[in-house]
Amino acid sequence: MNKVKKIGKWIDDRSGFTETILPLIRHPVPASVRWAYVFGSGTLFCFILQVITGIGLSLLYQPSSQEAYRSLQYITHQAALGSLLRGIHYFGASGMIVLVGIHMTRVYIIASYKYPREMSWISGVFLLIFTIAMGFTGQLLRWDSNGVWSSVVAAEQLGRTPVIGTWLARLVLGGKTIGVQTLSRFYAFHVLILPALIFIFVGFHLYLVIRNGISEPPKAGRLLKPQTYRKWYQDLLEKNGKPFWPYAAWRDILFAALVVLLIIGLAFTFGPPELTQPPDPSRLYTTPEPDWYLLPVFALYALMPPAIESYAIIIGPLLIITVLLVLPFVSNKGERSPVRRPWAVFGVICVLTFVLSLLSIGLKSPWSPNFKTRPIGPAYSHADNPKITFGAVLFYKKGCQYCHSVHGQGGDNGPDLSIIGRTWNIEQLQVQIVNGSKDMPAYGGMLSQQELSALIAFLKEQK
Amino acid sequence: MNQEETKTTINRRKFLIRASMGFAGIAAAVTGVPVVSAFLAPLLNKQEEEWRDVGALSDFEIGHTRMVRFEDADPQSWSGTDARTAAWVRRDTESGFTAFSANCTHMGCPIRWEADAELFMCPCHGGVFYRDGTVASGPPPKRLAQYPVRVADNQVQIKTSPLPITNITD
Repeated sequence: MNKVKKIGKWIDDRSGFTETILPLIRHPVPASVRWAYVFGSGTLFCFILQVITGIGLSLLYQPSSQEAYRSLQYITHQAALGSLLRGIHYFGASGMIVLVGIHMTRVYIIASYKYPREMSWISGVFLLIFTIAMGFTGQLLRWDSNGVWSSVVAAEQLGRTPVIGTWLARLVLGGKTIGVQTLSRFYAFHVLILPALIFIFVGFHLYLVIRNGISEPPKAGRLLKPQTYRKWYQDLLEKNGKPFWPYAAWRDILFAALVVLLIIGLAFTFGPPELTQPPDPSRLYTTPEPDWYLLPVFALYALMPPAIESYAIIIGPLLIITVLLVLPFVSNKGERSPVRRPWAVFGVICVLTFVLSLLSIGLKSPWSPNFKTRPIGPAYSHADNPKITFGAVLFYKKGCQYCHSVHGQGGDNGPDLSIIGRTWNIEQLQVQIVNGSKDMPAYGGMLSQQELSALIAFLKEQK
Repeated sequence: MNQEETKTTINRRKFLIRASMGFAGIAAAVTGVPVVSAFLAPLLNKQEEEWRDVGALSDFEIGHTRMVRFEDADPQSWSGTDARTAAWVRRDTESGFTAFSANCTHMGCPIRWEADAELFMCPCHGGVFYRDGTVASGPPPKRLAQYPVRVADNQVQIKTSPLPITNITD
């Protein structure tokens, strides 16, 4: 026993744990720091979970454009617990994105970004960007048809950059077209470059907590004065500060444990997202779609007015990042309580509503042609009237039904035409079909006179 | 130690520190050159475009559009299917062909030719193009890109081309 103690003492002396490390993890925090503060560390534990499961996946994954897809098939369907491993990595990514969002919202709502913690906010903005980039590059590494086309979509977005757009697009693709370097590049981003940046910024982000202390929960009417704040905060800690370890850390650890267990539970129950088709860029019959956390952006691209879209793709993200980076400089002191900052709360509600609405419509993607729709049944195509029957066939074959529904069959891009015959007359139908509109092709050049009148006859019967 | 000597010592120390930092800087910069060059490789490599056979003349019907598959210029031996690409070729007249890029001009997603409707449709955000490649509806900002196409020795040939990238000015 004595010997063990001696060895312990030697390690402690030479490593400096008690002298250097212990004071850091026992740094004082205000006693009022409670459950609202668990989301940052929750994000960190998700990141650690991602690193660990990512290492596990890297033992099985082949980062080569020829083999990646097959190795993922192997991981998902053959490797022992491979499906669970992929599932944890997938739900871990989702968890990290959700928690980053909650953490950021919490920091904004109680204005923790104000003096002297501006740097914490700024490094946090970079971490947010890196986290989203990790999500994007990660879903791409599946290198199924979704992955291939995601790389093209990324290139197209960068292509909107003024002057150097095409060069940036080729840099991200690793060439003029999809090729051998495309996957290698995204692998390097996802596995080496971005994690390294996240480690560096997380280190800095945590160091700043030691340097400036964790922000105390705000109180309405208690104004933050930069001239006296540090002194005031020191006094607060001396009066009712508690060591972070273990008095505050236990909440972080309990929360993180619950989050990780939830992620594993979800992975076990639902498994990882199924792979789409093989990564052959010459397979054109595929419907690319990002993972859920990028659906709001995906939806935005479908819903923005086309005239401003090319500008919005570049200016939008730059504007958001600039506003986020400038925030702690324009709003640096004074009131921190959300009760006294109603506009801040209103802003958060607006942003959340906007993003969640985009997510919910993105899950439905009504703008995508419904290629899977089937010809409508005889009940509505009037088997006794050959002209109407022919119209029903045309309605399906000419692609009308990809965007319009009749009686529950068809797409959601255009108006439902189940009762169009009640309100529209023959002339209106003809003008619309022949000339189209902003959101509908003009069918004048694609229909014979006979086909046109059959189609109109069919639509006129829908009531 | 007199005043003069002290000044000399200080200056020497300053010089040596700067020289050391300078050398370290040079070492770091030189290390960076091949790394940056690896990053910029896609821009630095010159690549000749090539004509590829995509089918016999008789495989194309006048007034019809069909998909053709071919290999990119200069594929590497380890490219696998990533070197493959596809385009839509329309035979307008006896000798007149048009080859459309299969990438929607909106976000680059793969468009498909709906033969009965005579429209190109994009699955991503609902972009639609007419048979001549002009925008029919949806978000695409410009008409479909076209690849050079020709007939040689009864073979229809397409010239390999870069992935068309839509710029902000388009």
